[in-house]
Amino acid sequence: MIKVSGLRKLYGDTVALDGVDLHVREGEIHGVLGRSGAGKSTLLRCVNLLERPTEGTVTVAGQELTALPGRELNLARRRIGMIHQHFALLSSRTVAGNVAFPLEVMGVPRAERRRRVAELLDLVGLGGRGGDHPHQLSGGQKQRVGIARALAGDPAVLLSDEATSALDPATTRSILDLLKRLNAELGLTILLITHEMNVVKSVCDSVAIMAAGRVEESGRIADLIRTPGSRLTKEIFPLPDPAPPGSVTLTFTGDPQRPLVSEVARKFDVEISILGGSVEELPGGSAGRLRVAVSGETGPALAYLRERGLLVEVAS
Amino acid sequence: MTWDEMAPLLWEAAGQTAQMVGWSTLFTVLFGLPLGVALVVFDRGGLLPLPALKAVLGVVVNVGRSLPFIVLMIAIIPFTRLVVGTTLGTAAVVVPLTVGAVPFFARLVEAALREVGADVVQAAQAMGASRTTIVGKVLLPEALPGLVAGLTVTVVALIGYSAMAGTVGGGGLGDLAVRYGYQRFETLLMIVTVVVLVVIVQLIQSLGDVVARRLARK
Ligand SMILES: Nc1ncnc2c1ncn2[C@@H]1O[C@H](COP(=O)(O)OP(=O)(O)O)[C@@H](O)[C@H]1O
Ligand SMILES: [Mg+2]
Repeated sequence: MIKVSGLRKLYGDTVALDGVDLHVREGEIHGVLGRSGAGKSTLLRCVNLLERPTEGTVTVAGQELTALPGRELNLARRRIGMIHQHFALLSSRTVAGNVAFPLEVMGVPRAERRRRVAELLDLVGLGGRGGDHPHQLSGGQKQRVGIARALAGDPAVLLSDEATSALDPATTRSILDLLKRLNAELGLTILLITHEMNVVKSVCDSVAIMAAGRVEESGRIADLIRTPGSRLTKEIFPLPDPAPPGSVTLTFTGDPQRPLVSEVARKFDVEISILGGSVEELPGGSAGRLRVAVSGETGPALAYLRERGLLVEVAS
Repeated sequence: MTWDEMAPLLWEAAGQTAQMVGWSTLFTVLFGLPLGVALVVFDRGGLLPLPALKAVLGVVVNVGRSLPFIVLMIAIIPFTRLVVGTTLGTAAVVVPLTVGAVPFFARLVEAALREVGADVVQAAQAMGASRTTIVGKVLLPEALPGLVAGLTVTVVALIGYSAMAGTVGGGGLGDLAVRYGYQRFETLLMIVTVVVLVVIVQLIQSLGDVVARRLARK
């Protein structure tokens, strides 16, 4: 649905993006995770060409945006919704007026506009608040208005620039739930950037990790977790790094209830002591990571675990 | 001089001031608003960056702003004659008043527009809004409280300028004060005129403040 290839963006001597490739599949929630200054916002703003990339191409819903002249680009942008960290609502308009704005831009007639606005406000849980002004709303409600506004053009894609970073944890939760629901009910493809692992853990199907203008790793979260040496895994399941020599780190996805450790201890002549670990609920199911020290019949025991689909990493 | 003698004089002078200030305010907005918008839109990082044009406009505005009004008024006499056919009377005063106030108001418009958050403008761009739509439906409405405040300051400044300009044949309250108070030693009339001016300025400023505050819904 979104395809970005060889994207470079320079601001004078600053290299904000240094050859970024990104592929967001239809209907997925794709996160871009990275520290401040990594180039996430620049990447997102290149996707709807708010910034013109120095090099590279951007294709959204089969249309190569980087090849479009200004007027057609404006038309294409109407099918790409965007929400912002500080909401970017018009203080001169009511809630309904804000949601109506993109419809006015599209030339939708007044009566139709009114109907759509009411529908959109209902969708985001703000039915009846249309006459309020943004300053009368809480942060979470403002972001709901932002979301309703972004959906006005019936977009195929929603871009989110740190949409929950200005919100408290409970409100963040409710906005993320709303995004998840829109993703499921409308089939909306969402590209969201964030510096919070929590956001990625709770809603993303896929993720790209960015640092210094580059994508360090990307893919489905379930796949990345099984990839040896994955940065994502290390950050989701914090364990002392580097691992103590000789220790074994086990990463597993799926049912955490399976008594694999006791199973191994019974079947093989090994002693296992647990050094650390945790289990996380992720959108694709639960996953966990366990660091253990194993002594005795180590080889066959680890081979058995590998056979069961665990990622087994032995620190040397 | 008695009240009965002063009242018609004051009344007539106030009418002249109102005419001079009213018309020049209208023309100042007509020319100053687009000029202020241009200063923002053509700036580097603006909606339509044309830095060379913006630089030229900036210099023109600064020249207009740095001339003392009395000098400007005399310097543009040929231009005034060209526009209204005379250099005397209320109409003739409106020209220098407008020329003097346009750069002033344009800078205030520019400042008000710069207060509008970049993220709001970008949000509109992300929705595919054209530049005209962004100016008309985002920049100007969002800056309205600031624009009203700027307009208030401009009207007050125009009242001050008009007192000066009036001495060249436009009449008005300033002219009244000078002719009777200074030249004929009618101190009472001068004091009354000054009080009237102060009251008018107060009223306009308060009105502007109230409107700007009511518009600013933050
Ligand atoms: N308009 C700009 N002009 C100059 N440098 C910029 C601009 N926007 C971003 N940068 C630089 O590009 C880099 C990436 O910024 P950004 O994309 O905002 O990072 P992030 O969103 O990950 O915090 C930073 O070094 C930043 O200073
Ligand atoms: Mg950012």
